[in-house]
Amino acid sequence: MKIVKHRLFWPAAALVTLLIINTIANPNFARVTLQDGQLYGNPINILRESAPLMLVALGMTLVIATRGIDLSVGAIMAVSGAVALTILDASENPGGLGSVAVAVVVAVLVGLVLGVWNGFLVSVLGIQPIIATLVLMLAGRGVALLITGGFITTVNSAPYKFIATGYLVVLPVAFFIWVAAVVIVSVLERRTALGMLTEAVGINPEASRLAGVRSRGIIWTAYIASGVLAGIAGVIFASNTMAADANSAGYLIELYAILAVVLGGTSLMGGKFSIAGTVIGVMTVQALNSAILFLGVPPAQAPVFFAAVVIIVVLLQSPRVHSYGRSVGQLLGVGVKPTREDKKEVAA
Amino acid sequence: MSTTDTTARQSTDVATTISTFTGRYVSLLPTFAAITILIALLVGAELYFGNFLTPRNVSALLLDNAYLMVLAVGMTFVIVTAGIDLSVGSVMAFTGILGASLIASGIPVIIVIPVMLVAGAAIGLLIGVLVQYFNVQPFIASLAGLFLGRGLAYVVSLNSIRVEDPVLVWMRTRIPLGDFYIAPTGIIAIFTVIIGALVMHFTRFGRTVYAVGGSEQSTRLMGLNVARTKVMVYVISGLCGGLAGLLLTAYTGAGYPRNGIGTELDVIAVVVIGGTLLTGGRGYVLGSMIGVFVFGTIKTIISFMGAEQSWTHIIVGVLLLVFVVVQRAIVSRSQQKE
Repeated sequence: MKIVKHRLFWPAAALVTLLIINTIANPNFARVTLQDGQLYGNPINILRESAPLMLVALGMTLVIATRGIDLSVGAIMAVSGAVALTILDASENPGGLGSVAVAVVVAVLVGLVLGVWNGFLVSVLGIQPIIATLVLMLAGRGVALLITGGFITTVNSAPYKFIATGYLVVLPVAFFIWVAAVVIVSVLERRTALGMLTEAVGINPEASRLAGVRSRGIIWTAYIASGVLAGIAGVIFASNTMAADANSAGYLIELYAILAVVLGGTSLMGGKFSIAGTVIGVMTVQALNSAILFLGVPPAQAPVFFAAVVIIVVLLQSPRVHSYGRSVGQLLGVGVKPTREDKKEVAA
Repeated sequence: MSTTDTTARQSTDVATTISTFTGRYVSLLPTFAAITILIALLVGAELYFGNFLTPRNVSALLLDNAYLMVLAVGMTFVIVTAGIDLSVGSVMAFTGILGASLIASGIPVIIVIPVMLVAGAAIGLLIGVLVQYFNVQPFIASLAGLFLGRGLAYVVSLNSIRVEDPVLVWMRTRIPLGDFYIAPTGIIAIFTVIIGALVMHFTRFGRTVYAVGGSEQSTRLMGLNVARTKVMVYVISGLCGGLAGLLLTAYTGAGYPRNGIGTELDVIAVVVIGGTLLTGGRGYVLGSMIGVFVFGTIKTIISFMGAEQSWTHIIVGVLLLVFVVVQRAIVSRSQQKE
């Protein structure tokens, strides 16, 4: 019973159920093969392809924990991908390690600057996060289109392509990148007081300010982190396609990232956040996505399934459904004591 | 000596007049700013290009943005209650392609048009019920609506469907008005704005919409029906999405499942530029119409200059920023006064 109470139980159960359904529907889904010291198969693909979404969702988790939201991540991805490939395209030796390093560093720095901008609007000017980041969401893609001149810049560069499609030991490089990002963020947030302060700001900004928490800096940091992670995600996305497409790079990723964060049990009302939950949430979104493709549904129709998932998840979280569930439980004679929190929510 | 006194007194008089005026109509200020910007844009463009304010251009401004105007009316209702509706672009795409495919399969227009409107309103109803009865945040509930609309659009058809129906062709026929011209799509858009404005300002429901945006708690304590109002604004927005789908299908002569990607952001931007406060309680349907014209004028100017269309969104983004900062200043000032 204790394990059922754990906040990650339901997200993890959803993911496992999804994987089991996939495997039953088609046993080939879970098959992993080892070729030339590299693992291949659907589960490995999920690990590899989830990199951009994972990085974006990680930043989104921090932003949501401060009661904010970052709609601009897709646009930042488009800009950073466009910057990286334009630099490579203009360099004399696109295949050289040096020019690749410059392109990646500059692209990530651009993400950082855009994150600083978002954070400035939200934490210093006090603009609502949805609108503050909407500004960049609108303008960012326009900027990316200007950088690429309205064309889809394509580049040939083996080292750059390695970022998204290469292998290290037996697993994809992209997988190691997101694992590293998750570890770094977890250590910074959970092994220092930063995570607790972030939650404090999210739960009650006014009270935490009175308690001496420098909420401005903490909120700002969250947006900067989101910008940097989106910048890295843009680099990986561009490396996967080797084409800077300002329109399709990171298209709708902000919404999938928010969905993944919510699936992972972090509330959009801010406050308590769970990085492990976000990881599970991203895996769920990615597994659902590949399940839809695997079942032969046209990718364009996938949003219907995501709509269903969003509706089911929000209904499961809703206090009204909880109280229905309890009355059904009482009818069946299963005594479930309403918790204090539930009572409060129903009263409200 | 006395003359300087008089001028000094006069200038203080003017200052007090301005300050009483701004104090009394503080919520109108952003809309006035939008009108000023619109006039400045039009006059500036006319002076710069010399052939900008032609009857053809002005008429096109209305017809090209008719669907945006209809969406903006619905969005104004939602934002005034302090909600948000991200689904409008994909609802428009869904109803548009649904209508096109029904017409292509031989169903008469007289049935198809109500079906399109009801389909839009149904998605709005779903969002409204999630928001009101299940305490889902408007952002997430309408996100589900966005996914649903876009996915259903592709379920109906993966490709565009041409519409040759005489009624829809008639809807885009140009009716000359002197040198100007207008099409039924434009007339429908203007009527939508008028009806929206009348409902907002002269009906019980409209007053309740403002009240809910001002303070939901107080509105409930006053005995007004908050639940019905909040569900209704999303139904209205969905209905407007369905109507916009009809206008866009008639205007382009085809239904296309990729229509309206990112339109929800344009709509939110024009509503904010038109002077509606995102925190709810303040806003005008007519202001949103001004916002649409600002947006359309910027788009036209950019195509006149032969510059990349991507500049449109950059400029609209910057304009949105300026307006939000100004709104922020106004709100904090009026809060200080209280």
